Amino acid sequence: MRAAPFAYLRPDSLEEAFEALAQFGDEAQLLAGGQSLMPAMALRMARPGVLVDISRLAALRGIALEEGALVLGAGTTYAEALRAPLVATHTPLLVEAIPHIAHEAVRSRGTLGGSLANADPASEMPACMLALGAQVVLRSAEGERAVSMEEFALGTYTTAIEPGEILAAIRIPLPESPRRSRFREIARRSGDYAMAGAALVSDEAGEARFVLFAVSDRPILVPGAPDVDAVLAAIDAEVEFFPDNHVGISTKRHLAGVLARDLLSRSAPKEAA
Amino acid sequence: MTLNARTDMAVSLTVNGRRTAGFVPVRQTLAGYLREELGLTAVHLGCEQGSCGACTVRVDGEVMRSCLVLAVQAEGCVVETPEGFSGDPAMDRLRERFATRNALQCGFCTGGMLVAACDLLAREPRPSRHAIREAISGHVCRCTGYEAIVDAIESAALAETAP
Repeated sequence: MRAAPFAYLRPDSLEEAFEALAQFGDEAQLLAGGQSLMPAMALRMARPGVLVDISRLAALRGIALEEGALVLGAGTTYAEALRAPLVATHTPLLVEAIPHIAHEAVRSRGTLGGSLANADPASEMPACMLALGAQVVLRSAEGERAVSMEEFALGTYTTAIEPGEILAAIRIPLPESPRRSRFREIARRSGDYAMAGAALVSDEAGEARFVLFAVSDRPILVPGAPDVDAVLAAIDAEVEFFPDNHVGISTKRHLAGVLARDLLSRSAPKEAA
Repeated sequence: MTLNARTDMAVSLTVNGRRTAGFVPVRQTLAGYLREELGLTAVHLGCEQGSCGACTVRVDGEVMRSCLVLAVQAEGCVVETPEGFSGDPAMDRLRERFATRNALQCGFCTGGMLVAACDLLAREPRPSRHAIREAISGHVCRCTGYEAIVDAIESAALAETAP
């Protein structure tokens, strides 16, 4: 099916995009890579009145090191992130995770910021960013604020983005000591949504962040890492599981345990996170 | 200042080496524009929601689903459809091997498969069978069972690197 009729606007600057959001209010829908929005529109699950196309805004591009953090422009595509030497050096977790996202022809256009803003609980990027302790930079006509991933991902397709705000960048703090990371997801076929997935980031001091995704309504930072038994206990006691169209709660719970045992007890981890 | 949101817009782009310009409804996808305005009907529309891969084209050197890109978003872009790739020896070999290795029956998926395969060989001239499977994993074929397609791509790659 084709999308319901809409109007289209391609602002030349972030400031003009803020004006568009102010002018069209609830009618306005930001369009970045469109790899989730366009299918949703084709299925008539989304019927925006005005598409505000921010996919060409230079202000949302770029990958750089700034004040001890890796800063990724929200408009960075998955393919660009995979090609970027800074990403390979500082966040191999993303290099490990991105090939699991859909297919080549989707990764060429889908964006990191779009994935976070869409907040599909089965998405890889919100989980990775939570594991990496990332902050999301939200800009508006009034200024900008940084929100931790813990405070950003609020539920299925629900985030802390306020009306008038645009997710401009993702800030991943880089600690002095090297980190190690692991990623795994279990999907029925290559490129399908995960039935369950997990990301782990740990440092030399013994601090570790273990995140489950595709098992609940948002990525879940499970306490207890790196101790596998503590994580398994927390999965039993604290994680609220949600089913999806194919997999029920008991299977999700089982797969969460499989992932925790696999990621937290495997030896010879990769250097640096 | 009042911003003007449009329902029709001018667009100009380069398709298979030729400049083209038009005035299109903003709702028209790139796939729709290529098929309906330019008559490039090797761009197939299967699902129109990004699942089947039949509409895959190359935009500014990267493979994309043309059903998930609006025509107006391709403003200024260089687009290659399955009809294009003229002078690309890898595409010539792929077309030949798809035919001789029985890599198509009904042919609906073939255009997208060829674009994906050509893109793979540009990045990785001698891919493993696993890499070939990954590269075409976003493309649905209901006829062949995929083995013949993997064979054809592998054989096209080997032909290139043979002494």
